Amino acid sequence: MKAAVVTFPGSNCDRDLAVAFEAAGFEVARVWHKDTALPVGVDVVGIPGGFSFGDYLRCGAIAAQSPIGAAVRAHADRGGFAIGICNGFQVLTEMGLLPGVLMRNAGLKFVCRSVMLKVATTASPFTQSYAAGQELAIPIAHHDGNYTIDDAGLQRLKAEDRIAFTYAANPNGSMADIAGVLSANRRVLGMMPHPERAVDPVTGGADGQGVFASLMRGMALA
Amino acid sequence: MSEPAITQDLVASHGLKPDEYERLLGIIGREPTFTELGIFSAMWNEHCSYKSSKKWLRTLPTTGPQVICGPGENAGVVDIGDGQAVIFKMESHNHPSYIEPHQGAATGVGGILRDVFTMGARPIAAMNALSFGLPSHPKTAHLVKGVVEGVGSYGNAFGVPTVGGEVRFHRSYNGNCLVNAFAAGLADADKIFYSVASGVGMPVVYLGAKTGRDGVGGATMASAEFDDTIEEKRPTVQVGDPFTEKRLLEACLELMASGAVISIQDMGAAGLTCSAVEMGDKGGLGIKLQLDDVPQRETGMTAYEMMLSESQERMLMVLKPELEAEARAIFVKWDLDFAIVGETIPEDRFLILHGNEVKADLPLSKLASSAPEYDRPWVETPAPAALDAVPEIAPLDALRALIGSPSYAHKAWVYEQYDSQVGADTVVAPGAGAGVVRVHGTGKALAFTSDVTPRYVQANPYEGGKQAVAEAWRNLCAVGARPLATTDNLNFGNPEKPEIMGQFVGAIKGIGAAVLALDMPIVSGNVSLYNETDGKGILPTPTIGAVGILASLDELIAGRPRPGDVAVLIGETRGHLGQSALLAEAFGIEAGDAPPVDLEAERLAGEFVRANRKAIRACSDLSDGGLALAAFEMAEGAGLGLVLEAGDIPTLFGEDQARYLVATAKADALIAAGKAAGVAVAVVGRFGGDAVSFGADTAPMAALSELYRTAFAKAVA
Repeated sequence: MKAAVVTFPGSNCDRDLAVAFEAAGFEVARVWHKDTALPVGVDVVGIPGGFSFGDYLRCGAIAAQSPIGAAVRAHADRGGFAIGICNGFQVLTEMGLLPGVLMRNAGLKFVCRSVMLKVATTASPFTQSYAAGQELAIPIAHHDGNYTIDDAGLQRLKAEDRIAFTYAANPNGSMADIAGVLSANRRVLGMMPHPERAVDPVTGGADGQGVFASLMRGMALA
Repeated sequence: MSEPAITQDLVASHGLKPDEYERLLGIIGREPTFTELGIFSAMWNEHCSYKSSKKWLRTLPTTGPQVICGPGENAGVVDIGDGQAVIFKMESHNHPSYIEPHQGAATGVGGILRDVFTMGARPIAAMNALSFGLPSHPKTAHLVKGVVEGVGSYGNAFGVPTVGGEVRFHRSYNGNCLVNAFAAGLADADKIFYSVASGVGMPVVYLGAKTGRDGVGGATMASAEFDDTIEEKRPTVQVGDPFTEKRLLEACLELMASGAVISIQDMGAAGLTCSAVEMGDKGGLGIKLQLDDVPQRETGMTAYEMMLSESQERMLMVLKPELEAEARAIFVKWDLDFAIVGETIPEDRFLILHGNEVKADLPLSKLASSAPEYDRPWVETPAPAALDAVPEIAPLDALRALIGSPSYAHKAWVYEQYDSQVGADTVVAPGAGAGVVRVHGTGKALAFTSDVTPRYVQANPYEGGKQAVAEAWRNLCAVGARPLATTDNLNFGNPEKPEIMGQFVGAIKGIGAAVLALDMPIVSGNVSLYNETDGKGILPTPTIGAVGILASLDELIAGRPRPGDVAVLIGETRGHLGQSALLAEAFGIEAGDAPPVDLEAERLAGEFVRANRKAIRACSDLSDGGLALAAFEMAEGAGLGLVLEAGDIPTLFGEDQARYLVATAKADALIAAGKAAGVAVAVVGRFGGDAVSFGADTAPMAALSELYRTAFAKAVA
C-alpha cells in the first residue's frame, strides 16, 4: 500500500506522519505543495499537522488553494483515501472535503497535552481495529481545534455515524465533543489529535497505531 | 539625502561614552559618517561586544574531549558519538520582552533557533527560563501572558518541541523581566558550518526575509537601563514570523547539503553589520556591500537603517560562485529572497555603498577586534549575616505556602501552551526536572535542563554560581543522563556599579569551579547586563542550560512512584534554611547564606543515581523546597498520597545540595549500594494512599493537589 504525505512550506508534522505510515507497513512518497499531481498508485493521502502557510488568519485556507490541492480533491472524488491531522484537518475542511470548520479554542490558548479520546464509530477504514467506545490516549497540540458545524450538519453527521472520535473531556469547546469526522463515503478522515505522535511506547504511548493499522487493513479489503 | 551632523548629543544617543568616541576617532582618524557612527555603536554596545564581561568570561572552562567547538561561534558544538553532534546555546531577550512581551519573546526564540541552524543543525529541542515580577505588580499578568504566548507562537509554528524551562516570580523583576531562550539541534559532526569567510571575490549573499525598519538600534537599546521613556522604545523591538523561519531552516539545510556554502552567519543583533563584520574578520578579509541590492520591505530606507535593522529571519552567506544557480533554486523553491549584495575583498575594509555614495569605509578588523574592553572595578559581595531563628509554621502549612505560590505551583498553564511533542521524539515532556528527546532514528537520547536559584546568587555569588551548575547536573542525572556540557546566560544589573560587578565576578568563579569539577564545560553563552529599572537591579540570574546524553533509552529513569514504593533520600541532610524557598514564600524572608555546594558530593551522588538506575523506579533532584516539595511533586504526579516520617521544618524544607529522592521497591539494595559507594542513603517515607503526612500533620492529597494545580492560573488571571 502506498501513502503520499503532502508537505506545505509550514508543515511540521510531515516527517512524523511519514514515519507512522512506514511503521504500519506503507510505502511512503513525499509530495511538495507545488506539485500538480500525486505519484502514481497512491492509495492514501496524508495531510500533516503544522502551520501550512503560517496560518496567521484562517488556518488551512491558503493550503486548500495550493497546486497539490486539486490533485488531492480529485483523488478523494475518485474514492481515494485521505487523512488530515490537526492542520491537515483544517485544510480538508477548507477544501470542502469534510464538513464544518475549526474555530479558535474556547480557552483562546494553544493547548498541548495528551487527552483521552473515545472511538465513536468502528465502521470506518480508519477505526475498525479499535473496539467501539474504546478509550485512547492521544496528544493534541493546536490553537484552532474547536469543531463547529450548523445544526443540520451535526444531525447529519450523527445520523450517518460519521463522528469518528470524541473527546472524553472536551479541551477546546468542540461541538458534541467532536475530535474527528468522516466524509460521506467514509474514506476521508479529519482529526485534531495526533495519532502519529502515539505510535511508539517510548514517546507517549501506542494508542494511535490503530488508525494506521486500520487503514492498512481497510485498504486491503477495499 | 543629507545625514545628521555628528554632535555630542548624537554620539551619546548612540550609547557611546566620550572616551569611546575618542577611541573611534583614533581608529579612523577622522569624523565618522552617520552610518559609520551607527555601525560602531552596534559593534561596541555591551550586547555585541561583551566589553564589561570578556575579561571574566575568558576564565571559564570551555574545553574537553567532548567539545567540538566552544564559545565564539553562533552556538557550541558537542560530540554525542556515532559521528553526531549536539549544537546548543541559550540567549536572553529581556529588554524587548518587557517592552513588547509577545514579539520580544517570539523573536528571542527565533534568534536562538537561527543560531543553531546557521551551523547546520536541525533544532530538536527548546527551553525557556522566564523571570517575572510579583504577580501583584500591574504589569506582571500582561507580561506572563504575552511572553508565554510569544514563545509558544514561534516554537509551535516553527516545529521545535519545547521540553523544559523555568518560571519564577520575584519583586526584583518588576521592571525588568527575563526571557532566556535555549535551543539545541542535531548535526553530523563533519558537516558543521562556521562563520569564517574565505576566498577573495566570493559573493556575499543575503538570504531569507526582507529588511525593514524594525529593530533599528535594538542591540543598543538592550544595553541600556530602563526608565520612564520605555514606551518610546517600542519601535526598537523586532517582529517575528515563524513561518518564514521554518522555510529559512529548510532552505538553509538544503543549501548546506548542496555544498554551496563557504560560510554562513545569521543576522541577529545589529543585523547586517554584525554578521558581515564577523564573517570578514574571522576570515581575515574585507567586505564590500552594495545596499541597493538588499531586499527591502519598505521604500526609502537609508544605509544607516539597513545596516542597523534587526528584521528577523535573515542570513548572510559567502557562496561558492560556481554553485550560484543551484543555491538560488533552493531559495526560489521556498519562496525566500536570495540576493547577492556584495563580495569579499582583499583589503581590510568594510565598505558600504548605497546609490552612488560611499556610506561607510572602515577598517574591518579594527571594527571587529578593537571594541573597548573594561576591567570594571568590583567589590566582593559581603558574607551574609547568619540566619535568625525561623518563625514557627506547621509542616503542611509550609507546603501550602510553597505550592500555592506561582513560583512553585504546577506549571501546566505555561507548558501546555507549548508544543512539546512535535517531531514525535519527546521521551520526557515538560513538568519533570529535565526534558528528554530521542535522537531521531536511534536508541540514544539527549536530556535538557535550565537552572539557577537567584536568591542564592544574591546572597553568595560564588556558591550560587556553583549551585546553578550543580542543580543542572542533578536534573540530568535524575533522568539517567550523563551530563555533557553547558551554556550560560548571565543576567545581571549595571556592571558600572562595583557591587553588581562583584556579583558577576563571584558567579563566574563559582560557575567555573563547578563546570570544571563536574566536567560540563561551557560551550556557548550570552551576557545580559543593565537589567535595571530606575537604578534598581534584578536578582543576579546566571541561568545555566545543560545537556546530557543517554547512550541508550535503557538508561532512562522516568517512572512514577507506585503505591507501596519506599521514599529513599540520597545525600546528606543538614537542614539548611538560609535563602530557602520556604522562608521566601511563607514569610517573605530572604536571609542567611546560600547552601554550600560540595562538588565532590554532587559528583558522587549523581554517579550513584545513574549506576543504580535499575533499583530506582522514579527519581527527582532536591532543590527549592527541599525534601518536602520534591516528595509532594512525585506523589502528586503519580496520583498517590505520601508519608514522610520527618515532621520538623529543617529536615523537610532545608535546601542542602547534592540530594535526590527516589521511589523504589528495592530500598535495601540501594542502602547497601550507598554504603559501598560512600553515599548517604536513607528511607524517609513511602508513597501510597490518598493523604499527605509530614510527621503528625496530615491532609488529603486532593485538596493539596487542587491548590497546586490552580495557583499559577489564579496568580496571572
